[in-house]
Amino acid sequence: MYPFSFHQTTNVAQSVSLKKEHPEAKFIAGGQSLIGVMKLRLDKPAQIINLGSIPDLSGICVEGKTLTIGAMTRHAQVAASEDVKNCIPGISQLAGLIADRMVRNMGTIGGSVANNDPAADYPAGLLGLNATIITNQREIKADDFFLGMFETALEASELIQSIRFTAPIKSAYAKFKHPASRYAVVGVFVAQFPGEVRVAVTGAGSSVFRLTEVEKALASNFSADALETIRISADGLNSDFFADSEYRAHLIKLMAIQAVNHAK
Amino acid sequence: MSIQVSMIINGQSVQHEVEERTLLVNFIRDTCRLTGTHIGCDTAQCGACTIHLNGRAIKSCSILAMQAEGASITTIEGVSPDDQLHPMQEAFKTHHGLQCGYCTPGMIMSAIDLVNNFPNPSKELIREQLDGNLCRCTGYHNIVIAIQEAAKVMSPSN
Repeated sequence: MYPFSFHQTTNVAQSVSLKKEHPEAKFIAGGQSLIGVMKLRLDKPAQIINLGSIPDLSGICVEGKTLTIGAMTRHAQVAASEDVKNCIPGISQLAGLIADRMVRNMGTIGGSVANNDPAADYPAGLLGLNATIITNQREIKADDFFLGMFETALEASELIQSIRFTAPIKSAYAKFKHPASRYAVVGVFVAQFPGEVRVAVTGAGSSVFRLTEVEKALASNFSADALETIRISADGLNSDFFADSEYRAHLIKLMAIQAVNHAK
Repeated sequence: MSIQVSMIINGQSVQHEVEERTLLVNFIRDTCRLTGTHIGCDTAQCGACTIHLNGRAIKSCSILAMQAEGASITTIEGVSPDDQLHPMQEAFKTHHGLQCGYCTPGMIMSAIDLVNNFPNPSKELIREQLDGNLCRCTGYHNIVIAIQEAAKVMSPSN
């Protein structure tokens, strides 16, 4: 790892003002992606601004059909929360499938969303539910947030403070894990809302994306039968040593069926 | 460049000057000379460096020492008093849950956290929840048995 200066912060205003002062700095949340990247020398920020000691950024709150999760809330907390389980079972399930238990104890929802790894799980959940990303400056809908590989709508000194979800009628996440990295080879989040179904796919493209043809089929008939005749195109899907684009296209359909079958 | 870091490790307050980029595992091993915590892969895959940070099992190779500023850390050296084994260590010994022993400190730390969260785990749940710890000797069979047996001893009803 290349050397850097480290800034401990205790509130959002302080973190943001440090970021303005050092535009090349990186925020560190749980660090479960950033530290690995820095160890591999794929990134070398000169400044690190630690968000780990900001108590206001952590917590889970349910009010009616609205679930709000603080940016620094760990995956393990989300997975274990009865409130999340009762409000949006799909999010609880998704959080429990991220990486492994030790990573879930450290990694955070805000960090995962800001990083927007093309194979990360949370982006599928956020896009599937069209969640709202609340920053220190504004509110951004998930539809407008995930722009491309590791690219988001966040501005240079913008910091995610929390994520707000509206509970659907039913939701579920199905993931085909890479057995070594535990990232999604393909992950599909399905959410049924009144009059609308949303389906988001991670791991298969350069960034999380929606599957409109599957959404339409499920909107008229929310069951695995509706997907029987659908063929997912392999065009533009990721292809690597472990899974070519045809295989990923096949997995998308299988994961979508699995998610529909398990939706609650 | 260096920075002051302080935390509590196994009940003792420690404070040292470190380079900012020091990983927690290096702080524990090289600065504090607690070498029970191992470095296996150094890429967050094997879990040999698992320790408890404020009671939660985490991989100490994947966080900076500075991220643990002010925290309470437990390493394998701190799970039980010097002359005794923790029930989890006892169970690994009894049920041959180790061969070369390199992964064992991480396994034990992860397993204690697992049982704290799932007091009466099934074999399937143990296998699923242990996917962050690699062992290249045992084939996991006896590790799973050891954790299940330790869970019975650790259970609050005992």
